[in-house]
Amino acid sequence: MLDTLEKQPILEVRELRKSYGKVKAVDGISFSVREGSCFGILGPNGAGKTTAIEVIETIHKPDSGQILYRGRAVERGFKERIGIQFQDTSLQEFLTVRETLGLFSRLYPDPRPMDEIIAACSLEEFIDRDNRKLSGGQRQRMLLGIALVNDPDLLFLDEPTTGLDPHARRNFWKLIEGIKARGKTVILTTHYMDEAEYLCDEVIVMDHGRIIESGKPRELLLKHFGEAVIRLPGAAIPAGTSFSCPSEAAEGFVALRCDDVDASLRELVAKGVELGGISVERRNLDDLFLKLTGYGLE
Amino acid sequence: MKRFWAVFVARNLEFFRDRSTLVWNIALPVLLIFGFAFAFPGGGGTSYKIGTVGPAPIALSAGDVPFLHYEHLQFLGYGEMATPLDRLAHHQLDMVIDYAKREYYVNSSSSNGYVLERMLGPVAEQGGGGGQAAYSKKTVSGSPIRYVDWFVPGLIGINILFGSLSGVGFVIVRYRRNGVLKRFKATPLSAFEFVSSQVLSRFFIIVVMSGAVFLGTDLFLHFRMVGSWALLFLVNVLSILCMISLGLVFSSRIRSEEVAGGLMNLITWPMMIFSGVFFSLEGTPAVMRAASRIFPITYYIEASRAIMLDGAGLAAVSLDMLVMAGMTVGFAAVAAALFKWE
Repeated sequence: MLDTLEKQPILEVRELRKSYGKVKAVDGISFSVREGSCFGILGPNGAGKTTAIEVIETIHKPDSGQILYRGRAVERGFKERIGIQFQDTSLQEFLTVRETLGLFSRLYPDPRPMDEIIAACSLEEFIDRDNRKLSGGQRQRMLLGIALVNDPDLLFLDEPTTGLDPHARRNFWKLIEGIKARGKTVILTTHYMDEAEYLCDEVIVMDHGRIIESGKPRELLLKHFGEAVIRLPGAAIPAGTSFSCPSEAAEGFVALRCDDVDASLRELVAKGVELGGISVERRNLDDLFLKLTGYGLE
Repeated sequence: MKRFWAVFVARNLEFFRDRSTLVWNIALPVLLIFGFAFAFPGGGGTSYKIGTVGPAPIALSAGDVPFLHYEHLQFLGYGEMATPLDRLAHHQLDMVIDYAKREYYVNSSSSNGYVLERMLGPVAEQGGGGGQAAYSKKTVSGSPIRYVDWFVPGLIGINILFGSLSGVGFVIVRYRRNGVLKRFKATPLSAFEFVSSQVLSRFFIIVVMSGAVFLGTDLFLHFRMVGSWALLFLVNVLSILCMISLGLVFSSRIRSEEVAGGLMNLITWPMMIFSGVFFSLEGTPAVMRAASRIFPITYYIEASRAIMLDGAGLAAVSLDMLVMAGMTVGFAAVAAALFKWE
């Protein structure tokens, strides 16, 4: 664990800024990404997530700030070491999926064998189909395959599951897990909090171009909400009862924010609280964002 | 080279698999050629064209037969006799008059020449009045050049023009708008590799398409081809590169296909009208002839017509070729300076 922590980050971003006219799309963000981790950039539409990663990808030039890849400023060969899946991408038309992969493979000096990419992204069933005739999930898998043709160390995925149905999203998550299992680093932007909680080891939350919170998803939720929220009808609580964890009363219910669910439940029983209408809820990153900004993510 | 080749092949596949575009690219010029061949089986225009050398004497425009003022006669002045006589031999002129030597020439197989001779007759025989010497008749011979023979170099030029502007210019604008360029930018592919692959791909496509159209229609219409095929090919190569470079200039930054379409019309329509594609610039106002010199297609049409119809050699068309080469370098330099992926 200590080794991992002390290892040089694969990517460091320092005081990155990018403006379009008077709009500060990225306003002085700094973070570092551990090799082999999945790093999430969260935030609502317009938060600056896409601009931030496209500046890091060297698609756009920053106004100021530093981007270090393995401790060194990004240079000419950086594009050969990274893979990118843009939020919106068009491809040359009238090509099959295989031809499209072949086209992008030949743009890199040392591409990964195509059979491996086909297997890694589950492209077998539509590999010889026209790339315009794919479903949303198939298209995203093909675009992931394109991002992997050079076997990149660092993979940027910009809202890769937006618009996919729940089943396709779950399938896509499995593919990303497979990439992580190979020791690759993934930087993922999303506004799906369940996706971030499921896939990301660390996240930053952006709003109006700035980072408003960062850390491991679980630790952030513990920090802001505790382990869980126990809700029970106010009528079930004997008058004058107080609790060891913070509580809030609203609309006839009382919410207890507790760090240890077992201990809290024992305390409720001991104090004669009726548990018939009880519910135990875990707060998620949506709740965290609402708390931090005062508005939701969608 | 591997990257260049990958994009080159992909672009060619994209073009040749797009059936509707492919069919239209072949069908339109073929239809135009056959259409003009059917509509204008002869020499084209309906007015009488008379080449003249030297200043016109007053006698021909006065007196009982004011020849110079007849309607539907178009007088074209030349500095020396060789050019108008050559055009007369090919039925591109109906009569040539040398005022100084008091001679007139007609083509013995030209019906228009016969009619003109009857109109000029009384003046020629009497010297136009005032006791001047009569005009003596001379004849030349030669088969007529059909309008389609004259028109086909212009049509191939238009085909090259549209193929270049839409095939490179328009396609790059579309790639920029829909994000294809952005996706390529995220790879090690350089702007030079991308642009050169597009240029060479389109060059290959235009050579194949124009060659197919020309040779295919030639099987039925047997175009007049007096000069060197190799020289004609060279002129075509230069012209394609020149037009593609022009296409690159206007595609270097534009993001909107609507803007690109408008700009393309702004470029192509004046070129079609003022560069001598459909009618000869001879006899047009000097301003129009001067304006035509800014269009690259003018030089292509001049050179290819000279090769095909008159059998011109390298020396005769070298100026046209030099201008096209210079324009190619100039357009390419401007495009390289302006080009942006996004």
